[in-house]
Amino acid sequence: MRYLPLTADDRAEMLGVIGAPDIDALFADVPAAARKAELFDLPLHAGELEVERELAALAARNRPAGAGPFFCGAGAYRHHVPASVDHLIQRSEFLTSYTPYQPEIAQGTLQILFEFQTQVAALTGLEVANCSMYDGSTGCAEAVMMAQRVTRREKAILSGGLHPHYAATTQTIAHAEGMTIVRQAAAIDAEAAVIAAIDGETACVVVQTPNVFGVVTDVTRIAEAAHAAGALMIVVTTEAISYGLLKSPGEMGADIAVGEGQSIGNGLNYGGPYVGLFACREKLLRQMPGRLCGETQDADGRRGYVLTLSTREQHIRREKATSNICTNSGLCALAFTIHMTLLGGTGLRELALLNHSRARELKAAVEGAGLEVLTPRFFNEIAVKVPGSAAALVEALLADSVVAGVPYSRLDPRAGLDDVLLLAATETTTSDDIAALGAALTRRLGQ
Amino acid sequence: MTLQTIGRPTRPEGDTANTGFKSLTGARGLLQDEPLIFELGGWSKTGVDIPAAEHDASDLAGLTRESIPLPGLSEPEAMRHYVRLSQKNHAIDLAIYPLGSCTMKHNPRLNEKAARLAGFAELHPLAPISTTQGALALMDRLAHWLKTLTGMPAVALTPKAGAHGELCGLLCIKAAHEAAGQANRRTVLVPTSAHGTNPATAAFVGYSVQEIAQTDDGRVDLADLTAKLGPHVAAIMITNPNTCGLFERDVIEIGRLTHGAGAYFYCDGANFNAIVGRVRPGDLGVDAMHINLHKTFSTPHGGGGPGAGPVVLSAALAPFAPAPWVVSGPDGLRLVEEAKDEAARAFGRMSAFQGQMGMFVRAYAYMRSHGADGLRQVAEDAVLNANYIKARMTGIMTPAFPDGPCMHEALFDDTWLEGTGVTTLDFAKAMIDEGFHPMTMYFPLVVHGAMLIEPTETESKRELDRFCDALSALAAAARLGDAERFKGAPYLAPLRRLDETLAARKPKLTWRPEPIGVAPAPLAAE
Amino acid sequence: MRFTKDHEWVVLEGDIATIGISAHAAEQLGDVVFVETPEVGKTVKAGDSFAVVESVKAASDVYAPIGGEVVDANPVLGDAPETVNADPENGGWFAKLKVADASEYEALMDRAAYETFLQTQ
Repeated sequence: MRYLPLTADDRAEMLGVIGAPDIDALFADVPAAARKAELFDLPLHAGELEVERELAALAARNRPAGAGPFFCGAGAYRHHVPASVDHLIQRSEFLTSYTPYQPEIAQGTLQILFEFQTQVAALTGLEVANCSMYDGSTGCAEAVMMAQRVTRREKAILSGGLHPHYAATTQTIAHAEGMTIVRQAAAIDAEAAVIAAIDGETACVVVQTPNVFGVVTDVTRIAEAAHAAGALMIVVTTEAISYGLLKSPGEMGADIAVGEGQSIGNGLNYGGPYVGLFACREKLLRQMPGRLCGETQDADGRRGYVLTLSTREQHIRREKATSNICTNSGLCALAFTIHMTLLGGTGLRELALLNHSRARELKAAVEGAGLEVLTPRFFNEIAVKVPGSAAALVEALLADSVVAGVPYSRLDPRAGLDDVLLLAATETTTSDDIAALGAALTRRLGQ
Repeated sequence: MTLQTIGRPTRPEGDTANTGFKSLTGARGLLQDEPLIFELGGWSKTGVDIPAAEHDASDLAGLTRESIPLPGLSEPEAMRHYVRLSQKNHAIDLAIYPLGSCTMKHNPRLNEKAARLAGFAELHPLAPISTTQGALALMDRLAHWLKTLTGMPAVALTPKAGAHGELCGLLCIKAAHEAAGQANRRTVLVPTSAHGTNPATAAFVGYSVQEIAQTDDGRVDLADLTAKLGPHVAAIMITNPNTCGLFERDVIEIGRLTHGAGAYFYCDGANFNAIVGRVRPGDLGVDAMHINLHKTFSTPHGGGGPGAGPVVLSAALAPFAPAPWVVSGPDGLRLVEEAKDEAARAFGRMSAFQGQMGMFVRAYAYMRSHGADGLRQVAEDAVLNANYIKARMTGIMTPAFPDGPCMHEALFDDTWLEGTGVTTLDFAKAMIDEGFHPMTMYFPLVVHGAMLIEPTETESKRELDRFCDALSALAAAARLGDAERFKGAPYLAPLRRLDETLAARKPKLTWRPEPIGVAPAPLAAE
Repeated sequence: MRFTKDHEWVVLEGDIATIGISAHAAEQLGDVVFVETPEVGKTVKAGDSFAVVESVKAASDVYAPIGGEVVDANPVLGDAPETVNADPENGGWFAKLKVADASEYEALMDRAAYETFLQTQ
């Protein structure tokens, strides 16, 4: 067994040092009724080649996003990740290190977290950011609970443009803590309804931009209405590349910004692991969930970094902690920050412009096929009204080797929007891909 | 002969006793001091070549931002920055990483390779189900292994980390009580030795927390548990093997008492690696238990995450498991994403999408590699290694619970340091100078000056001996009164001891540009 | 000055009580890095948790030794929490309360009693 260094002789010698007759003696505290003498009904150990063969066979039964024209987005986006990113995150010192609890021998991880926090703060236009959350959806739930702690109010208003999975996650987690979650009906342009719902009981409003239908919204007016009522403004972004082009949440009056960072540095991975971005105004810092890294100095006066403000966290505050979270998404945050460092502000801007440009091309092709685009202002994703069921259309286009996007009904079957299809284009989408989609749509819809 | 006198010296010369040597640049040999990316001057630079966009963003007039104040680096500069920083980290690939309760074991590279297969890494979570059959099959197989290894009938795969799994388990419990008209059960009993996440999670779902006392031999006090159980108790949360590294001998009785009082038994499965392949939690009366795939099943810790925390569930709790889950049907496997379509009474959703798929692939590759026989050997070797350290260090250090075997980790207190002037923290920092990562310190809270050592099964006897030899040498130095070695430690790490008070009093959490015209601060104050 | 078993101190002048934590408590906590003082206008009962004091390693609730309405909170502690260590029983005060029932004050330990209490701990 290739992962186990002890030999039979080692084991015998070590039992001798311990003074135990056999290995069973070390399991003496386990009640006899629960001790299993026989092996469990599972296959025996297997060599690397054998395991690789099984996994490769499973992988081959999936169609990766790069296998042909592909337009799925809705919270996860296919982007190109530079080769150096994956090389660096596989370095032993990053991949196989633990949470940096011993800062003297974890300065690599800590300095990178400090850089990551600075990048996230700059992208979101806010003053402080944490070391990351599990993903955007859980970050959204945490932001809502943070608003409860800050305002001591119990009601959260979720915009109809919020990704339904984010809304469901927030409803599950924040409601468990006792909050009232007002989930507004799905709406392409949700601004007016959100403003109308704000009242003196409201802890926060949660608005996504670009929203799940792709709509870019200037939330300034919503933020003003929220602040006038003493509520916090939470801005959610599921496509982090959009930070490169659109007004930042901070610029528009957000108190807390939550983002899904997968688009920068991280693969699609069938839904995880991803990396949740979490930033807020400095005055709210003490109520923030998750790990924070801060600058300090060592005994010789040299600059260094440590995890700080831990008294907010579960290992010290226990039942009074701001969250039960005990990890960050470390390796995914590392991939994010390396990719972001390679891009720089300049590269991110160019990349965002390219994404937007591809989406304009996509919009033209979809309209060329006679379909109505519902998204008035978009970044790299559009909602399209199709005749009949969007799910059926996606299935049909698979025969043409085109993955035409995500039917909205898959995210929220009860919204009555079965005829809405969400399509995204990124820098990985070629003009040929878009032409293939246009042709396939024209052919199917013409029938 | 021809006397040749030209050439370089071939023996060391100079003052070999000059131990206070300092370099002129702040570097330590090949170990460079590395500035922040914000100090490297790449304010208009990018390390990625991006084709020019054909269309502009004029359609977004009024919605775009002015600038993104972040620097970039070319690829060679970026490589150096991150490789230099990497060299300031300890890693399991460098030496034993004996953090009790954290389970730092070898991370097989086959797992990394498998997770990077395009069919997994480039698979979109909302891709048409017919194009993701291999991924669903993998989830289904992983679920089968987890259920078989734990003896539990169901598993919720989606929780993204151990604490998220605890939340999932307690939400199942809460839903089950509500469904049974028992919503008035709002107390969770937690032992004093528990991980901080347990009480934090209970509070998170709106439960109040009551502590259960511990016996002198480090186990749950049954009399105290019995006294505290009642119609107000929703659940107990117990770690087994517990955080003292001991198996709860009375676990079956604990389960019986708990169920007798109408409460559920949540088991914190952080230490499942000690019993995997030998003991099934399902045989112990457990109703829900999270499994940290990054502990027991070797997915990498990555400097603090990502984790993965699937939760196995008893038949009583299974109907309340969150969406989504995999079911098999006439057209192959499918994903139930909207629980309300089904007969099940799912409590909701833990996150967007299907959970930590990248970790599922790694954990499954690990399980398949070890098989039923190898996983059993994993538990045996983990326990053997911990007991070997306990045996070798007894008499030098003081085990907190000297009688009987420990499981996968050995717990010591600081009695043996009395009178030396050296604290647990000092001792731990001195270990760094000897080339070892310290053990877990000051946890669990029930032992004074706790030192919790978990070697895991992937350490060789040679490495264990090297580690014990170093601990013994340090212990001897402490007893001889060489307190300076400890008080000032570490001396040889990339940095000396850091001022955590300063960091907390004046939090500086992001780099801020200096006012224009002022040069950035020097990299290392001398 | 009077003390509680939870290591708070009170000085009563007229109907205004000034409250802080004892020198013993400040020493035991170690370096104080943050103090959350109560909001002015809030009413507390004796025994209510009304402030939080944090060191790097621990967060501790501070209980009101006496009931009343918060009329002032120490503004110095926001920027200089270390004042609690430097001058715990004077400049490091947490809050001032307008006291409802002065008899609660009389029930607390005087310094000698507190010192004796500490001996028994």
